[in-house]
Amino acid sequence: MKVIVDLALCQDHGQCAIAAPEVFRINDEGHLEFDGTPEEAMREYVEEAADVCPVQAILIEG
Amino acid sequence: MSAARVAVVGGSLAGLRAAEQLRAAGHTGPVTVLGAEPWLPYNRPPLSKEALAEGGAPDALAARLAFRRRASIADVDFRLGDPVAAAVLADRTLVTEAGHTLGYDGLVVATGLRPRRLAVPGPSTGRHVLRTVADCHALRAALSGPADVVVVGAGFVGCEVAGTLHGLGHRVTVVEPAGPPMVRVLGAPVATAVQRHHEAAGIRFVIGAGVTAFTGDSRLTGVVLDTGETLPADVVVEAVGSVCNVEWLAGNDLDLSDGVLTDNHLRAAERVVAVGDLARFPNPLVDDVPRRVEHWSIPTDTAKRAAATLAAELAELAGVTPDLVRNGAPFAPVPSFWSDQLGLRFQSYGSPALADEVRVEEGDPDHLPGGLLATYHRDGRHLGSLAINLSPARQRELREAFHHEGVPA
Ligand SMILES: Cc1cc2nc3c(=O)[nH]c(=O)nc-3n(C[C@H](O)[C@H](O)[C@H](O)COP(=O)(O)OP(=O)(O)OC[C@H]3O[C@@H](n4cnc5c(N)ncnc54)[C@H](O)[C@@H]3O)c2cc1C
Ligand code: SF4
Repeated sequence: MKVIVDLALCQDHGQCAIAAPEVFRINDEGHLEFDGTPEEAMREYVEEAADVCPVQAILIEG
Repeated sequence: MSAARVAVVGGSLAGLRAAEQLRAAGHTGPVTVLGAEPWLPYNRPPLSKEALAEGGAPDALAARLAFRRRASIADVDFRLGDPVAAAVLADRTLVTEAGHTLGYDGLVVATGLRPRRLAVPGPSTGRHVLRTVADCHALRAALSGPADVVVVGAGFVGCEVAGTLHGLGHRVTVVEPAGPPMVRVLGAPVATAVQRHHEAAGIRFVIGAGVTAFTGDSRLTGVVLDTGETLPADVVVEAVGSVCNVEWLAGNDLDLSDGVLTDNHLRAAERVVAVGDLARFPNPLVDDVPRRVEHWSIPTDTAKRAAATLAAELAELAGVTPDLVRNGAPFAPVPSFWSDQLGLRFQSYGSPALADEVRVEEGDPDHLPGGLLATYHRDGRHLGSLAINLSPARQRELREAFHHEGVPA
């Protein structure tokens, strides 16, 4: 599974990091960091993170 | 599992999530989404923020703001642009305005809200509301050069619109009879601080005044207040709350007095569930009083629960025992919303609006951009938290506090 975040859209809301902390985190500078190729086992959490992103910046491929 | 047919009425966030969650709950039968708007589900919050600032034709806006749709709903049939006119629950049939009839085995009610209108005399031109991409486009198109804008209603949507239009160079006045902006949710100490912040940015507030009429003949020229003052206005935005889209459900013995009444599992009647802004359900995180919650997080939360409820009911009908056991636990979502206004990002968890005591825990109310934390209490119980310009890490702590405090015994 491939995760893409449109960083031009992302406003560092951090809701994704609440839904899937293993894949998304907000760093000490307050900006998003994420794992672009998470394990398949994480799919449900990643889908949930994409659902709750207020600006719908998260795309899942594959 | 079950070939039962599900009809989802309402093609916005709640309808979309319901379709996706039905699949996630194991429902494999046909799903049809019937939507009044001609567009696939799109995200509304930007309509008072970036989308209003940037503008665009309705089709382009809807495409830009379209929700990602899970691959699992590729076979879901979206029938758009034709509102459902009536439902006969006893026969399990729907009739659309264009005259089409659709039978179903399970029904998801997801028709949300529409803006309430002001019933006062005066010209009908120049008066806007904001709920759809069409509304957003119409408002934006009405504002070519710098204009006098009066926003009626200082709730979240009204304040966001005021901030965005101020940012575009318009002269903005907000009229609100009830009290300082968003006071019902924020409480007086925070609401008055937000008002000072917005006033310093250049927005005028007229608090404690109601609108009695609009002036102008063919074109709107002003807003008459019950204080006797007339505000000049080229454009009025009515942001005075909402009405639930439940008329199509009339005559079916449902409690439609405020949205659609459901039990804690979002069940409104046999094989009927309700989701999103219009679902009135009890949340044991607070108490046993059913309430509607108009936050963006609620369609997703309620859809998950409602889909499990409906999928289980349909599976049982087909003689299959549902393997999903999450049906048993009480549904107790942590309500959450955000708002962006003039350099302030609000993030709320829990139910601040139900509290009767506000405590400013951190920060300086006279300097909100620097960050503020307020907590909200009722009978000594912590009901909500509000962060202004706090870091996502702090917000996460605030949200988790609710999970840990959990459902009261
Ligand atoms: C301008 C604006 C800004 C917002 N900003 C925020 C924010 O910053 N933060 C936040 O937390 N929340 C915000 N919200 C609230 C959030 O957008 C809503 O909670 C959410 O849209 C609710 O989704 P819903 O699907 O339940 O209802 P709705 O979005 O109202 O969707 C209902 C759909 O059903 C359709 N429909 C109605 N009647 C029929 C019928 N008879 N037949 C078929 N279809 C029908 C409607 O046309 C509509 O498409 C905002 C809302 C608006 C309008
Ligand atoms: S939720 Fe969306 S906007 Fe927020 S940090 Fe994650 S990707 Fe960015």
